[in-house]
This record gives sequence, structure tokens and C-alpha cells, in this order.
Amino acid sequence: MDTNPESSSAVSRDFLVIELAQPDDFDGFRQAARVLLALNAEPHAVRWRFCQPLAQQMPTQDLFAADEAGSVVGRALTPDALDQLPLPPTQPLRLGKSQLSTLRLACCHNLAGRFALCYRWLHRLQSDHRLRLDALDSDWREIERLAKAAGREIHKMHAFVRFRPVPGTEADGQAMQIAWFEPEHHVLRAASGFFRRRFPNMRWAILTPQCSVYWDLEQLLLAPGSTADQAPEPDAGEQLWLTYYRSTFNPARLKEQAMQREMPRKYWKNLPEAVLISELVAGARGRTQRMLQT
Amino acid sequence: METIAKLSILADAAKYDASCASSGVKGRNSLGGKGMGSSEGMGICHSYAPDGRCISLLKILLTNFCIYDCRYCINRKSSNVQRARFTAAEVVALTLDFYRRNCIEGLFLSSGIIQSSDYTMEQLVEVARSLREDHDFRGYIHLKTIPDAAPELLALAGRYADRLSINIELPTPEGLQQLAPEKNAKQIQSAMGDVARHIQLAKQEGRSQAASSIISLPGSQRVRRARPPRYAPGGQSTQMIVGADDASDAAILLTSSGLYGGHGLRRVYYSAFSPIPDASADLPLQAPPLLREHRLYQADWLMRFYGFAHQEIVLPGSGGMLDLELDPKLAWALAHRQHFPMNLNRAPKEWLLRVPGLGVRSVQRLLMARRGRSLRLADLQQLRIATAKVLAFVELADYHPRRADLESPLLRQQLLQRMSHGVVQQKHSGMRLPDMGLSAKTSQLSLFD
Ligand code: SF4
Repeated sequence: MDTNPESSSAVSRDFLVIELAQPDDFDGFRQAARVLLALNAEPHAVRWRFCQPLAQQMPTQDLFAADEAGSVVGRALTPDALDQLPLPPTQPLRLGKSQLSTLRLACCHNLAGRFALCYRWLHRLQSDHRLRLDALDSDWREIERLAKAAGREIHKMHAFVRFRPVPGTEADGQAMQIAWFEPEHHVLRAASGFFRRRFPNMRWAILTPQCSVYWDLEQLLLAPGSTADQAPEPDAGEQLWLTYYRSTFNPARLKEQAMQREMPRKYWKNLPEAVLISELVAGARGRTQRMLQT
Repeated sequence: METIAKLSILADAAKYDASCASSGVKGRNSLGGKGMGSSEGMGICHSYAPDGRCISLLKILLTNFCIYDCRYCINRKSSNVQRARFTAAEVVALTLDFYRRNCIEGLFLSSGIIQSSDYTMEQLVEVARSLREDHDFRGYIHLKTIPDAAPELLALAGRYADRLSINIELPTPEGLQQLAPEKNAKQIQSAMGDVARHIQLAKQEGRSQAASSIISLPGSQRVRRARPPRYAPGGQSTQMIVGADDASDAAILLTSSGLYGGHGLRRVYYSAFSPIPDASADLPLQAPPLLREHRLYQADWLMRFYGFAHQEIVLPGSGGMLDLELDPKLAWALAHRQHFPMNLNRAPKEWLLRVPGLGVRSVQRLLMARRGRSLRLADLQQLRIATAKVLAFVELADYHPRRADLESPLLRQQLLQRMSHGVVQQKHSGMRLPDMGLSAKTSQLSLFD
């Protein structure tokens, strides 16, 4: 089979650098890992990095120390290039569906070593199949922890994204719904399908600092990241929602901690109703007293 | 009156109802539809009020005018609260607007009774009809049903709504007689039975149709057939007010257990009687018994997910009341120490479920983990379930609590102390619980983790 000379020279060096297309490029990771496992590449001999094609000011991010990075620039392989390598025949590694989705989620986490961790676990699994059933293995526990945090962020994003209408520019005159959100992990793409299924007949966009996603009634388009000042201002209709939030609160049951556990402060700055919280909490005691007296 | 003023009155009037969750509808979205909305299993809490409650649905009354005079209700005829009434179109517009902003999963609509039960029910159904038919709305709709409305209206309501509920209101017929004299316990039960039958029927039809459906070959045209008639796919729920009459916890759990068994209810919600402005003189003037409400939810979970029978949960000698200091599972274990320590490597699942501090999910993980190894203390720590509570009642390969400690009369006191030092997180059980990203099915069950 024909081999790419540059690639094979990269393989013979001390370590390989794999360059993924995005910070959450799980498919690329999977493709690369398949080849690396077939080559039995040792985890410590593989470095992972990714491009930030959509971020405005962020160049390619290296996942390891800068001086090391300097010495390997130009020798990074993409998963596609890796796929050109001749492979010895091997048994492919089989994973359960839920393990695969845990890995996929873990790769959305913002931990720099996420790909290395996942690869290390896969590599260990290849040499010891019993690991597959070991829910207490420390690498696997860490992967689960990442997946859980990323999954939670996706869930919170589904919950806390708030759209505001902006007059549309399209011919049909339909308003565009725009939201600004600052996710802690690289979850925008993973979270977008939900909005597509929920709002296929409305034009909407979610802007985040890293990248943005836009639904044009037919497809999801990825676009560069934004800044908070590009987000739309509150519109008049938002007052109705604030009124509802105020009225549905029962001051006799004040439980601030329970609220904060589910809706941590870090989300407040992008939730319109959060400006009411301190006023409602402050007034609660007095209102309850009055109810008990009347 | 402007919409915003009505909203403020009619949301305020609805806020005492706790049964406001959206769950139990799977795989519905708007792809290929004309409108918007989806329901993908677990509903989402889009916000939280400072009372710790999840805001998932637009929870309002169509109107707070009412011809009845239920003592515990802020909307009763004799209350001098300000009144308002939405038109069906206003409610539809509000629901769509909040939904579009991604503030809610759908609508929870209830109403005071105006003119007659049928007239009121017609108005509620009209809102749901318009959302579904005029706007192809596929979000969640929960309708509170008027028990004595005509059966045709009940049937129609179930076509449009995901969930129907009829409030049982009070734990016993005597309580209802005393505090809501115009309501009739028999009628409430019989309406619940009707709804249960409708749900059952729709499920059966759905099943038999699925069984007979043609499996198309890959690439061939999918055979389209009429969807089976839907009827409240999210089931039915009810709400019971706690602390407004003198019913004991034992009486409450007996009633709940009957509702789960008899009418297949999805949830019974317990609502600690809340002080209301302009309260009736027949009612206790006191802060709402929130801790009691919490214990009842815990007891309710023991019945539904932990294999406890209602009569086991309230302990003999307690005067029919749950222990307020301890969660009911811990209280049960302390009263039944002869069954402990439980050997985590050998005990069957139903006994693991009785270990204080072990939630359904932890039990699943333990069962998984012990297949491959003999569990030790370190494994428990790794699984993050080595709490003081658990350790007092279990034994492991390298851990054996002393018999004397387990039998000590001081154990209760010691546990209480250790718990108050540890992280005592009282998850509010009336609400939907967090953390649904990964463990959508089981996170709800972790009340005792
Ligand atoms: S019928 Fe309903 S709204 Fe009317 S007073 Fe009774 S509980 Fe309140």
C-alpha cells in the first residue's frame, strides 16, 4: 500500500501529534484512536491538539506545554492523514453504546487532557479486556466525571438559553430569535440538536464566545464566536416573563439555597429573571408575616 | 385589564399548586410540523424561583373567580382577593410567547369554577385545542380537570393534554367535608377512575396497533397509518394538602397507596398548607409544615421505588406520624436493627434498597461493581457512597461494624450528630431533581443518596 512519507516519518519520531478539527471533535478522535490502537501507539507517545476554526482571536490550541509544542509544529497529523497509514490486521475494539456516549460527552469537557485520558483508557482496555466491566477503574471514573459535567452543562444550556426576538431581515418578515450563552464546556454543537427539534420553524441563533450556531429553517450553520455586546437587548415582551417569575414565587416557602443549587450564580448574568431574585428574597419575610397576621 | 395585570393575579393565584412538573412524554418534536415544541422524556426546569421550586410550565389559572368556598383556597368565593379572567386566546398567546423564549416546557392550566363545571371545563379544553390544532404546539400541556364535568369533556381533554390531574385536595373524605363542603370525595374518586380507564384503553390500542404494524424493508416507502388515539400519555396526578386538617401521616400514606394502586396515578403531590392572604378563620395560622411535606415525599418514594408498604413506613408508637428528625428509611432501619449490618457483597437487591443512605442508583452501581470484585471500604469511597449513615448499617470484605455499636441506644443520637456535621442536603422532593444530562432515568431516584 502506498504510504505518505511525511506521515511515516512522524510515526518514527518520539511522539505523534494528532490535530483534531475542533475542540469537541469526537469523530476525529475516534477515527485517530482506531489507527493508533492498531499501531499500538503508547499513550505517552501521542499528543492531542485541536483547531479553533471558529473562534475569532484564538489560534490553534496546544494541549501541552508551549516549548514542547514549538518543537513539533508542522508534524501534526490529522485523523484523515492517519487513516492513510498501513495497518497490521487487528481485532477492532468493541465498546458498549453507553460507554461510547460517555466518551463522546467527556470529549466536550474543557479539560486540556481529555483526549489523552480517553485514549489512555482505550489503550489499556485493548490490552486488558476485563477493564471494560470495571466501573471503579480510576481512569474510567475520571472519564465519567468529565462526561457528567459536560452532560450537565448541555442540560443547563437547554434550560437556560433565553431567546429574544430581533426584527428579521428575511423576505418573510419573520423575527429572528437570538440568544447569548456562555457555556463552560465545548457543548454548543452537542446541545444544538435539541433546539432544532424544538424550533424547526423559527429562525434562531445561539451566540457564544467560542462559536455560534444559526438555524436558517433548513440547516444548522456554525459561525464564529461573538461578544456579549452583540447579543440583543431585552424587548418589551420580556416584562411578561418577569411578571410571571415574580408572581409564581411563594414567599412563605423561601428556600434560597435550593434555588442556587439548581441555578448556580454563574448562569445569572444571562438570565433575565435573575435581576429579580434579590428583591424577592428581601421582601419574602415581611410578606409572610403579613399573611400570618391577617 | 391588561394582560400583564391579569398575569400577575392569575399566576399568583395558581402558585400554591405543587403538581407542576413536565415529564413522561417521549419522543415528540416539531420536525415536519408547522409549529413548535418537543417533549423528550424528562421535562426541563427552565428556571427556579427563590422558593427552590422548579419553573417548568406556565402555571396559571384561567380565572380566579370561583363559585365554591373551599376554606384553604385563596380563590374561594368569600376571599376578597382581586379577581381576573383570561380569554382562551390570551393564554394561548402567552404560552407560545414564553415557549418561544425558551422559558417553559409548556402550560399547566387550572381554573376557578365559573358558572358551571361544564362551562369551565369547556374553556380549559378550548385553550388546549387551540394550542394543538391552530398552532400545532407540541410542547407539554397539563390540564387540571373539574371532577364533575361531563364525560365527553373529560374525553376531549385527554386528547389534547399530556397529563390530566384531579386534586384529591385532602387526605380523608372527612377533611374534604369539613374544608371543602361543596366538593364530593366520591365524585373525585370516580372521575379519577374514568381518567384511568381512558388512559388504559389508549395504551392498549397503541400496543395492539404497534404489534400489527408492518415492518418496512430498508429503502421502501414507510407505510403511513393513522396514529392511535392519544390520551394523556403523561398519565394522571393529584395533589393533597398537608397540614390544613388533622389527618395523620399514616392516613395520608394510606390514601396515596390506594391512589397508586387503584387508579395507577403517576404522582401524588403533597403541598404543605401555605398561609394565604385573607385566610379563612377555620384554618391553622402557622408557617407551612415544610419538613413534614419533605418527609412525606420521602415516604412516598419508599413506596414507589424502594419496595416499602405504606403501613411499614410509619412506625408503631409514633402516633401515626413520621419522624421529623430522621428520614423515614433511616427511622425504619433504626427500628429494625436485627436485619443489619447488611452485607454489601451478598445481600439481594431488595435488601440493599433498605440500607439508609443508599439510593436506587447507588444500589445499581454496587450490584454492577460487585460482579467483578469483592467490595471493600475503598470501593465505597470511590463510588462516593461511604457516608456515616451507610457505614453504620453495612459490612464489607474489610469492614465490620461492631455489633455493640449497632445495638447501642446512642446510635440515633450519634447519627444525627454526624449528619448535621456532614453535608445535609435536603433536596426538595416536591420538585423535579437536577442532573438529568446523563442519568435521565435514575437521577429522580436519588433522594436518599
Ligand atoms: S373550587 Fe378550586 S378554585 Fe374554587 S375555591 Fe375550591 S379550590 Fe379554590
